[in-house]
Amino acid sequence: MVGFSNTTPVEDDLYREIVLEHYSHPRHRGELETASSRVDATNPLCGDELSLAWRVEGGRISGIAFSGRGCSISMASASMLCEALDGQDMATAADIAARFRSMLLDKGPSDGLGDLEALRGVAAYPVRIKCAVLAWNALLQELAGTAETEP
Amino acid sequence: MIEPALAPLDVARIRADFPILERKINGAPLVYLDSAATTQKPNVVIDAIGNYYRTSNANVHRGVHSLGNEATDAFELGRRRVAQFIDADPAGLVFTRNTTEALNLVAASYAREMLQPGDRIVVTEMEHHSNLVPWQLASERAGLELAAIRLQDDGTLDMDDAERLLKPPTRLLSVTHQSNVLGTVNDLATLTRLAHAAGALVCVDAAQSVPHRPVSVRQLDCDFLAFSGHKMCGPMGIGVLWARPEPLNAMPPFQGGGSMILRVTLQHSSWNDVPHKFEAGTPDVASVVGLAAACDYIDNIGLTAICEHETRLTKRLLDVLTTIGDIDIHGPLDLTQRGGCVSFNVGNVHAHDVGTILDRTGIAVRAGHHCCQPLMQRLGVPATTRASTYLYTTPNEIDALGEGLAEVKRVFRV
Repeated sequence: MVGFSNTTPVEDDLYREIVLEHYSHPRHRGELETASSRVDATNPLCGDELSLAWRVEGGRISGIAFSGRGCSISMASASMLCEALDGQDMATAADIAARFRSMLLDKGPSDGLGDLEALRGVAAYPVRIKCAVLAWNALLQELAGTAETEP
Repeated sequence: MIEPALAPLDVARIRADFPILERKINGAPLVYLDSAATTQKPNVVIDAIGNYYRTSNANVHRGVHSLGNEATDAFELGRRRVAQFIDADPAGLVFTRNTTEALNLVAASYAREMLQPGDRIVVTEMEHHSNLVPWQLASERAGLELAAIRLQDDGTLDMDDAERLLKPPTRLLSVTHQSNVLGTVNDLATLTRLAHAAGALVCVDAAQSVPHRPVSVRQLDCDFLAFSGHKMCGPMGIGVLWARPEPLNAMPPFQGGGSMILRVTLQHSSWNDVPHKFEAGTPDVASVVGLAAACDYIDNIGLTAICEHETRLTKRLLDVLTTIGDIDIHGPLDLTQRGGCVSFNVGNVHAHDVGTILDRTGIAVRAGHHCCQPLMQRLGVPATTRASTYLYTTPNEIDALGEGLAEVKRVFRV
């Protein structure tokens, strides 16, 4: 027989309280009517679907929202992305996204990432990293595309 | 309370045949409940493949040397052994890479080449992408109509809808024998009768049935049947298409190359006899030998006994899931209508979260859309968790799953 009590860590490294809290009470969830950028991301492997939309005014993100459905990690990460980037200038937003990805993919430092640090535990679950970076990859892809078209 | 189940098979002895079952995963004994994706392999299969390469390896159907002859004998003996397993004539048994390639063969060489614009192909809402996408491709190319028999809420097919669709201009019904998501065992007798009465041929995706219950193509009265070696203790990379001689002889080749020809000039070629006409290039001889060993292994234990064992496990699985509560089970609850593959959702918890929590204690289940996106849309869920059994599964493993799901509910406060 397999005993759960012996093997499950008391403090859950993956499903941290703050992650579950964002999952059950997502911030910035919904549609953004006045968006200046919109991007869709899908993970065909697991069927996760996500839309991210934001509005840029005076070089800053003045509104951001996400919609879609997926696992707790992808949804909590999208919620945390919106919270972390709302109000930031575009350079800072790109920098946070890059550092967040580095935290998961290269086990880079999480200094200054605030609540996003709670997703650090995902790095120990290789198959779930793609869930955590889904929204972030979509954001970075869109930012890169915008940068190319606006030299 | 769930009564302890009696194991009709000597499962402890069977498990000793499967070395991988001794593994620990994340510090816990492996609880492998993903046999619908692929089964584990017994030593006799692993050894048969190794021994073939150690003692008999040569290319087949070529040259005159003794070793080549030995390899050819092993390959053709394997064909007869696998044909016997499904009560079929070996002349209609074509080796492919897997079920998917077998169905693509029928789609490309039969549906696309031999049906006429306006003819209809009928599938069902529960099909695996491998029994849907090839027909979509063929339909687009040949101007065919594609229709799907509706699914009822209990996870069985709507037979009124089947009756409506299995009429002219339907020329082909392609249907799964046992759903890889719902576990539903379809009423092939009725479907085949309706299809044949309408002048349509019947193609059966038997990937989930041939490994788990006795299947006879003569009794099914179907025209094509496809399955994979790796879901029945055999190696990956070997699959089977069995077909009646009439369509098979008339169908043009699927792929061109060595082995499938009789005579070749720079401009034209003529084709070898079936089944060789559909086996272009060097085949996976070792995997055929391994699959034949798998047939021996399963027959020694007995498919009827395996099926009964899985029915008992499925009953326990359904009982455990019901006892835990807040679990939506997809597919029929009637054990006479289903096999040992059960999909479910735990509250609103995503299947990947369920899968991750179970994996932490060594429990392997499938989480996702199971290559059945139209079925997921029909069920109204993005993904499901699926637990599936086989001859080596124990009642204790079902109970371990139950404990794991209780942990899922605790973490996600379901």
